[in-house]
Parts: sequence; structure tokens; C-alpha cells
Amino acid sequence: MNWASWADFWAMGGHALYVWGSIGMCLAAVLVEVLLLDHRRRELIRDINSTADTDIGESDA
Amino acid sequence: MINWFHFAAVSRFYPLAGRLIPWFYGAAALLGALGLYLGLWLAPTDAQQGEAYRIIFVHVPAAWMSMVVYMAMAAWAGVGLVFNSRLSSMMACALAPTGASMTFLALWTGALWGKPTWGAWWVWDARLTSELVLLFLYIGFMSLHASIDDVRRADRAAGLLALVGVVNVPIIYFSVKWWNTLHQGASVSFTKAPSMATPMLMGMLVMALAFWAYCIAVALVRVRSIMLAREQHTAWARETVRSA
Repeated sequence: MNWASWADFWAMGGHALYVWGSIGMCLAAVLVEVLLLDHRRRELIRDINSTADTDIGESDA
Repeated sequence: MINWFHFAAVSRFYPLAGRLIPWFYGAAALLGALGLYLGLWLAPTDAQQGEAYRIIFVHVPAAWMSMVVYMAMAAWAGVGLVFNSRLSSMMACALAPTGASMTFLALWTGALWGKPTWGAWWVWDARLTSELVLLFLYIGFMSLHASIDDVRRADRAAGLLALVGVVNVPIIYFSVKWWNTLHQGASVSFTKAPSMATPMLMGMLVMALAFWAYCIAVALVRVRSIMLAREQHTAWARETVRSA
């Protein structure tokens, strides 16, 4: 262990803004990406389920 | 031997990806927690940079992945162009947003590291500038793809852009050797022993593995959505959605 106390750990030797700003942005980016992907998938599944079965076979790929 | 072409069909790749995703998400979470514990809690203070150096544990993995994801994206785009295979182009599309995110994180964490160590958030240094170009390449790829209605034509046009942009990756990688940059040289290289203390190196490598696992997981999640979206009028997509 490198730290004498929790306060030391959070203070990061006076560089708290830079260190936690970096880690925090990485966690935020991960969270946003995972949530957006989940949202998109749910929306897509709902859309496909709500369209009529008669559309089957019209491939647009 | 595994017949890889078996998985080249969208309907077969979709369930395979679905089975792999939890493992990659799990690995990313475990390795990420371990890497942060090693890097932020256990690793000693740096003799020169104090605690600010700890940004390395996210900065270097993000910067590595920004280049690795680009190479993977361009490779899939290239395969898609040559073999006209739909799944390859879908893979390229699935990687682009994650690559852009990694590039943004490399630039963001770099700015937060530059300020306390260089006294500047940003300098027009070869390393930083070429990484910014990489961000524009990702954005260009996504915008170009989105701007063409015919999805197969969009695949080809964006794929070509991705391939041309590959030239930027070695420029980023070697920029610290080719030019006099403010950015420091490689911390870890293939040719010489690492110049870092063991706990620091371990933390960084574990974090790099976590970023790898994360990028694979989200790319697989995204490619599954792209598959469903593009094939939503097929019987395969309907059955898949209904059983989900």
C-alpha cells in the first residue's frame, strides 16, 4: 500500500483534479457507451416486434 | 479445425457473439478493478512526476486501443471491400464508435496529464496532432457511412476512407521517434526491457487487457444491433427477436 490515509489517496499529492478527472472520464465514457448500446438494442427489438409479420422476406441488406 | 466460414453467416455469428459478450464484459470488469487497484492503490509514487503519473494507467491503454481498434476496423473494412462480405463491413461499423471513444479518452487524459507536467493542456506536437487526426478519421468514417442511404455503398465508401486513413497509425506510433516531440517516448516497447517499476508496469498491462476486453465486448454488442437493424425484415431476425 502506497498511502498513509484515505485523505492522501483522494488528494493524489495535490493532483486530484488531473488523476480523478482522467479516471472519472474513462468510467463515464464506458457507462455512457454501455447504456446507449443497451438502449439501442431494446428500441430495435421493440421496433421489430411491432412491425407486421407480412414484411418478412423483404431484405434490404 | 474450426471452420471459420461457418461463422461468416450473420445468423450464425449473432448467437456466437451473444455467448461471448458476458465473458468479455466480465473480464473487463475484473481486470479493470484489479488494474486500478494495482495502479492507484499499490503502485509507488513516481520519483519525477509525483502522483500525476497515475494517469498512465488509463492514458496508455486508451491510446493503444485507439490505434488497435482503428487497425481492426480498417482490416474488416478491407475484407468487406475485397470479398464483398456483409459481416466484415458490419464489424468495421461496430468498431468505429468505440475507437472514437478510445481516441477521445487518450486526448482527454493526455490533456489532464499535460497540464501538471508540461504546463499546457494542449500543444501542436506530432504525437498529439496525429492522435487528433485519428479522432477526425473515426468521425469521418461514421459521418460518411451515415450520409449514404444505400448501406452497401456506404460500406464501400467508408471502408475506402478507413483504408486510406491507416497511414496515420504508424505516424502516431513513430511520431515520438521521427520528430522532436514534447510527448515522451514509448514506456513499453517490443525491442527493449521496460523502463518502469514492476507494480507500475503490472498495473498498466492489466489495465491494457481490461481495455482490450471492454472494446471486444462493446463491439460485439454493437455488431449484434447492426445485424438486427440491417436484417430486420428477414425471418432470421424475427425469430431471434422473438426468442430474446
